[in-house]
Amino acid sequence: MTDVIRITTPLDEAAARSLKAGDSVRITGTIFTARDAAHKRMVEALERGENLPVDLHDQIIYYVGPSPAKPGQVIGAAGPTTSGRMDRYAPRLMEEGLRGMIGKGLRSSEVVDAMKKYGAVYFAAIGGAAAVIARTIKKYEVLAYDDLGAEALAKLTVEDFPAIVVIDSQGRDFYDEGRKKFSRE
Amino acid sequence: MRTIEAAAISEAVAKLSMDANYFLTDDIYQAIVNAEQNEESPLAKEILTTLSENACIARDEHMPICQDTGMAVVFMEIGQDVHIVGGDLKQAVDAGVAKGYIEGYLRKSVVDDPLFERKNTKDNTPAVLHLDIVPGDKIKIVLAPKGFGSENMSALKMCKPSDGVEGVKKFVVDTVRNAGPNPCPPIVVGIGIGGTVEKATFLAKKALIRPISTRNSDPKYAQLEQELLTMVNATGVGPQGLGGRHTALAVNIEHYPTHIAGMPVAININCHATRHAEIVL
Repeated sequence: MTDVIRITTPLDEAAARSLKAGDSVRITGTIFTARDAAHKRMVEALERGENLPVDLHDQIIYYVGPSPAKPGQVIGAAGPTTSGRMDRYAPRLMEEGLRGMIGKGLRSSEVVDAMKKYGAVYFAAIGGAAAVIARTIKKYEVLAYDDLGAEALAKLTVEDFPAIVVIDSQGRDFYDEGRKKFSRE
Repeated sequence: MRTIEAAAISEAVAKLSMDANYFLTDDIYQAIVNAEQNEESPLAKEILTTLSENACIARDEHMPICQDTGMAVVFMEIGQDVHIVGGDLKQAVDAGVAKGYIEGYLRKSVVDDPLFERKNTKDNTPAVLHLDIVPGDKIKIVLAPKGFGSENMSALKMCKPSDGVEGVKKFVVDTVRNAGPNPCPPIVVGIGIGGTVEKATFLAKKALIRPISTRNSDPKYAQLEQELLTMVNATGVGPQGLGGRHTALAVNIEHYPTHIAGMPVAININCHATRHAEIVL
């Protein structure tokens, strides 16, 4: 096993800035779920001068649209979705204090610039490890945008949720470093 | 002439929807385990271990392997001596998809209009249905749920005949490298070469339902599959794009005659949860 860093939410700026690209983490506490449709609504609310349904200061958003829970389950399968679809909205939410994002895949330079500016972290969860990840989710509670179904804004209570820091607050990108290390081209 | 009830087709499609999403096929599972044993990157090794554990949990608990349970792509080969009775075939397929996705607690990920309303249809219909008429008196159904993390990384290029094998190789490797972590590597790369624009993309999709333990029956294409796998794995993208030796588990190519003036090449990428289930009625 690579060394694991345990973190709890809320995550303050100092804690976020101490995380480095390549760190394996386990997250415990409350995190929020939102995909592109919920992001669009949140940013539109801000543009109208309204408050967000939740205070995102020092919080983490997990990009996930879970499958439905069977009777007796907290949540269905719950792996990360592709983060790039949220790139258009993420900098605005970081301006509101958003400290972390969990997803999978590449981010735009605008997102990385905002992460450096505000001191935020981008974590990758293992795409397609949806059944394993679901076991770390202890509570699922829809907070807003219920009509979006799997895409609603929800609050998750997690214990030892596994993730990897892929882009840190200095803008170091572990996708790029990892690929270059193993490239034989 | 053999008759088959439309209701039997619906039942079969419902079961395939669930089976494909819960049970990773043996060839893919074995390839993940083999990759785990041979991977050099410690982090990539851990990721591959997690993926094989995930497949076991999904199988044992009848839980989706991935929360993106996909849009249902259905390939049907209908024997020309079969008479379907008791309902409309396309409606029967969609009824099966709806039943499977609702009763199986699978995510409904289909929107009715792609551009304007984008309203969820709430039962994952319609399916994308590919029909073929073949000799015989049976119906073969293959259902492949297609997630869009990988689907979005697909590409098509109308190559020139002079681009040759090298042109195909460059296009494939560039596409996989640029996709990086997005399609959830280790991936399966489906490639369609030849035909027309829609034939090539269809073949690329069809390549993804061929078992990855089986190579193209033409030795030239089989060799190209192996060479491309080596090249794709040399990119270093690795499991989840975090670096490693296993970017792809397999490269499957399907080919078809084409026009003297062209060489269409389509690439359809699937994630490590390359899902499909089949039945013969």
